[in-house]
Amino acid sequence: MEPIIELKNVSKRFGGITALDSASLHVDEGEVVGLIGDNGAGKSTLIKTLVGVHPPDSGDIIIRGEKVQNWNTKKARQAKIETVFQDRALTPQQSIVWNIFMGKELRHSFGFIRVKEQVEEANRIIREIGFTSKLIDANSPVGNLSGGERQGVAIARAIYNDAELIILDEPTTALSLIETQKVFDFVNNVKAKGRSVLFIGHNIFHVYDISDRFIILDRGKVIHKLSKEDVGSPEELIKIMKETVTGKKE
Amino acid sequence: MEKKVTLWSYLADNSRPVSSLFYFALIMTIFFASAPQVFFAPKFHQAVLTVIPIIIFLVIPLVFIVTMGEIDLSFASTFGFAAWVFASLVKYFSFDPFLGFIIGIIGGAVVGILMGCLVVYGRISSLVASLGALFLIRGFLFVVSDSKSITVIEVRDHWMHSALVGKFYGFPMQCFWAAIFIIIAYYLYHRHVFGVHVHHVGDNPESAAQMGVNVDLTRIYCFMFCGIGAGFAGIFSTLINFTWWPTQGFGYLLLGLAAVFVGGTPTWGGVGTIFGAVFGSGVIAYMETGIVAMGWSGLWRQFFNGLIIILALLGHRFHGNRIR
Repeated sequence: MEPIIELKNVSKRFGGITALDSASLHVDEGEVVGLIGDNGAGKSTLIKTLVGVHPPDSGDIIIRGEKVQNWNTKKARQAKIETVFQDRALTPQQSIVWNIFMGKELRHSFGFIRVKEQVEEANRIIREIGFTSKLIDANSPVGNLSGGERQGVAIARAIYNDAELIILDEPTTALSLIETQKVFDFVNNVKAKGRSVLFIGHNIFHVYDISDRFIILDRGKVIHKLSKEDVGSPEELIKIMKETVTGKKE
Repeated sequence: MEKKVTLWSYLADNSRPVSSLFYFALIMTIFFASAPQVFFAPKFHQAVLTVIPIIIFLVIPLVFIVTMGEIDLSFASTFGFAAWVFASLVKYFSFDPFLGFIIGIIGGAVVGILMGCLVVYGRISSLVASLGALFLIRGFLFVVSDSKSITVIEVRDHWMHSALVGKFYGFPMQCFWAAIFIIIAYYLYHRHVFGVHVHHVGDNPESAAQMGVNVDLTRIYCFMFCGIGAGFAGIFSTLINFTWWPTQGFGYLLLGLAAVFVGGTPTWGGVGTIFGAVFGSGVIAYMETGIVAMGWSGLWRQFFNGLIIILALLGHRFHGNRIR
């Protein structure tokens, strides 16, 4: 099976700091890959490089077997790769509808927006993701929403755009138990539809539960690529991570 | 799921332009009550309406710039530059005034693009970059014109003069063009991808970039729009006066900025109002003449201008702080 996305020996430096050091990984169709690592391991840099926020200094990005040039966020979204960033990438003073369609607005000719269609779609989507308050509609500013609701808008944006690969960068941070469960349901739903997910998280139990395989990153390097069968339990995964970070066998 | 729209919710959602309208209405009420003999005379309003469109051409693009979280001071000199291009082509090269008009507007757009490139690629604060450009362009105009005015009386009999700045039953034609400009700007601001991207970039440029919005290009387009607006203002002003002069437009620098903020566009970016800016322009234009018309000395003009700006900004505080 051809991977949806593949990174080959990708490196990225910021000044004198090497954030990514010849990192290689791939995500196949219909799988959930968990990307884990300690603080400063380079997870967010890897994600941002993967979706074109940061251009790599060296190495290749391959989309469905084809090496891409001048990779950027717009091209990533055109390639049906959607990202729910750690900071959610929302504009809080703008409406829910404008945020859902940010960068991918429904347009008439000459760039005018199909306002009515966007609002109808946004209202449908926010109903689907479980917004029930009568005080919230598609035109409400995102800044008036709770943390979980904002996460919902960021995820709704990914769903709407019919992504084949959804990258979730620490999506359960600062969420309540119920909101976290909603994120898991979403991931399982996406997987059931044959789409892929790259799930980045600090909570190993969360990552273990929903992932098919794991990539462990440390100081910019991909240290381990493990399947769920290789690991066996979340405790074992934690042990492997500890050994990776400390360099000592337990 | 859709919220029920009531009069109260409508006013709350549009509080910035509505309060700008309130300030405008309040000032007009004071003026009408204080000097009815002047303010009920149509000729007085004809004189003010001759100037308001010039302010509107300048102020509305500034709403886009401020919404984007930037500032452009160079518009006051771009005003003079575009007008100089127009006047020079007509006077010294016998260009058809309409062709001169088009080239003048393109000149304004080019200055705007260069201004945008300076901010985006030079990575200089727009405040400092545009301050530099303000003096640079003005200095250039002084040098090339040898500080001499250019009269373009020949445009008087051209169709373009009556079409752009003539009178229609005593009503200045430039008001008609300014109204079209406002409508186009309103749709650009609220219903066009460009305007939506301006809001996103002003609100959170990192998020906009992560979602595939071309932040740099949006910024450059915005400065270009400011140059085009300044071009319109400059050439309309030259057509009204039949003269270009080296300091033309400089007097609009602070008044234009004041109109944006009195109009209810906050300084922090991400939000703004076109109609608020129109009412803000009205406040500023009427303040300029109204104080004198009320019988006060012209020496009080700046004092009251300052007072109304501060009071209006304090009033806009009630719309709440930035949503984060």
